[in-house]
Amino acid sequence: MSALPTQVGALAQRSIMRTARQPASAIPPLLFPVALMLLNAGGLHASTELPGFPTDSFLAFALAVPFIQGALFSTMNAGTDLARDIQTGFFARISLTPVRGEALLAGQLAGIVTLGVLQAVFYIACGLLLGVHFAAGAAGIALLLVYAAIVAVGFGAIGSWLALRTGSGEAIQGLFPLLFVFLFISSMNTPRNLISVGWFQFLASINPISYLIECVRSLIITGWDAEALALGFGIAIVLAIVAVIVASREMGRRLDRS
Amino acid sequence: MTRDNSIVVEKLVRQFKKGPRAVDGIDLYVAPGEIYGFLGPNGAGKSTTVLMLTTLLPPTDGKALVGGYDVRTEGPKVRSVIGAALQEAALDPLLTGRDHLRLQTMLQAIPRAERKARQNELLDRVGLTEAADRKVGGYSGGMKRRLDLALALVHRPSILFLDEPTTGLDPQSRTALWEEVARLARDDKVTVFLTTQYLEEADVLADRVGIIDHGKIVAEGTPAALKAEIGRPSIHVIPRQEDDRPQIQELLGRFGEKLGGERDLAVRLNDGLGMADVIRAMDSSGIVAADVELRAPTLDDVFLAKTGRTLEGAATDENGAAAG
Repeated sequence: MSALPTQVGALAQRSIMRTARQPASAIPPLLFPVALMLLNAGGLHASTELPGFPTDSFLAFALAVPFIQGALFSTMNAGTDLARDIQTGFFARISLTPVRGEALLAGQLAGIVTLGVLQAVFYIACGLLLGVHFAAGAAGIALLLVYAAIVAVGFGAIGSWLALRTGSGEAIQGLFPLLFVFLFISSMNTPRNLISVGWFQFLASINPISYLIECVRSLIITGWDAEALALGFGIAIVLAIVAVIVASREMGRRLDRS
Repeated sequence: MTRDNSIVVEKLVRQFKKGPRAVDGIDLYVAPGEIYGFLGPNGAGKSTTVLMLTTLLPPTDGKALVGGYDVRTEGPKVRSVIGAALQEAALDPLLTGRDHLRLQTMLQAIPRAERKARQNELLDRVGLTEAADRKVGGYSGGMKRRLDLALALVHRPSILFLDEPTTGLDPQSRTALWEEVARLARDDKVTVFLTTQYLEEADVLADRVGIIDHGKIVAEGTPAALKAEIGRPSIHVIPRQEDDRPQIQELLGRFGEKLGGERDLAVRLNDGLGMADVIRAMDSSGIVAADVELRAPTLDDVFLAKTGRTLEGAATDENGAAAG
């Protein structure tokens, strides 16, 4: 049997084990997005009265946001973990083994994807417990989990790229607020067609995060919306491919020993 | 080129951008099964040399063959025959000792059927069986170093690099690690390249020693040969009264060249002179000392003779320079 699956499995196992053993870092990606969603749902419920608002449940509307917000949180953790491995010499130890760059990156991403999917299960469970009806049904929920995995690959690869590029956990933590800016200038709280401020509507319309959120939202509120799904999956897949390519190159550069 | 467990280095250079030459054209040879002690103060170029020999840092110039493989062009082959425990045990505080070994056996492609036995064997060998299922974050410095050594041995390397393996360890842990390293060379015929800033470590453990300072090897040989090169013993006198210091200094000057020392007054004795000659001279001058000691040459004397500084003083200089 090829060593690659064993190496990927070993590294993914370590990544998951680390998260499981430090609940302080695992809990924020689960609880903060849900807490923010509940706050927004409480304060912005009146938005559902706006003509053209797609649902009468703001909770159903807002449930899409934790999927993306949680992915950003866990990506920051994953990037910081990898950067710490570089700083402490753990990465050097691993790179002295016959492990291949692809395995190192894949192992790292496999751990992030596993945690990303578990997060998605948690958000879906919260939604169901709070009475949100998933318009796309069980098949839609299954698709949502696939989507969460793709988004986790994309954001995870961005975090890994940053870690490999900078080798500094502090640098990653400093850069991630920038990514959160993208979240806030998206359609996270208001449908794009109802944003009345021109410049904000423009920024939200060219912001890919809007389409990532709207894809999730369509499965919850609308059902099977081909355009929203195509845009969301398309952006998530392109993001994942580009991010994996740049992270692989950075991994190659860092492992370029001889 | 025959493959063996030797290390051959020719004119190896590492120049950092906008920095000095950390390693400045060194040559060395480590025979198969030999323990080679690479001695020098902080910042001398020891760790940079190890990083190049373990393929973690490309050389700027020169050549190095490790186990017969070129570190520049045959990195994967070099890595397949070496084990390395680098400075500061690189461990994950959230994993247990056994987790680390499990990960390492998987990454080193040890067959599944052998993994558990290999983990247990290594845990036993480094005395960590009882602590195996505790998180490494709770390990002492000595336990971390021993686990680090076990991880380096997972794939049964024929050449082992240990970068300051005992720095910061208590004497007991240090001795235990020395015993294991000596056993590896003696019983398993592993070639060991060991960097250290401890004279005693090099003296006790190494078959041969290379002394590096400012990126250059300033002396090389067996500890006994290096000390024999210096040859003459030194005599160290601690005055009973501070007022006697100038008189003793003057008297000792007649017997040899002055050596540095804060508390004691010391000279390297000229050929043919001994402790009795100094004591007789002190008696006849009516000088009473608190202590008089004759010391055989040490590796520090070798370092002093080759660089004009003591190893301890050099370390202080380097730290001061680094801080500055």
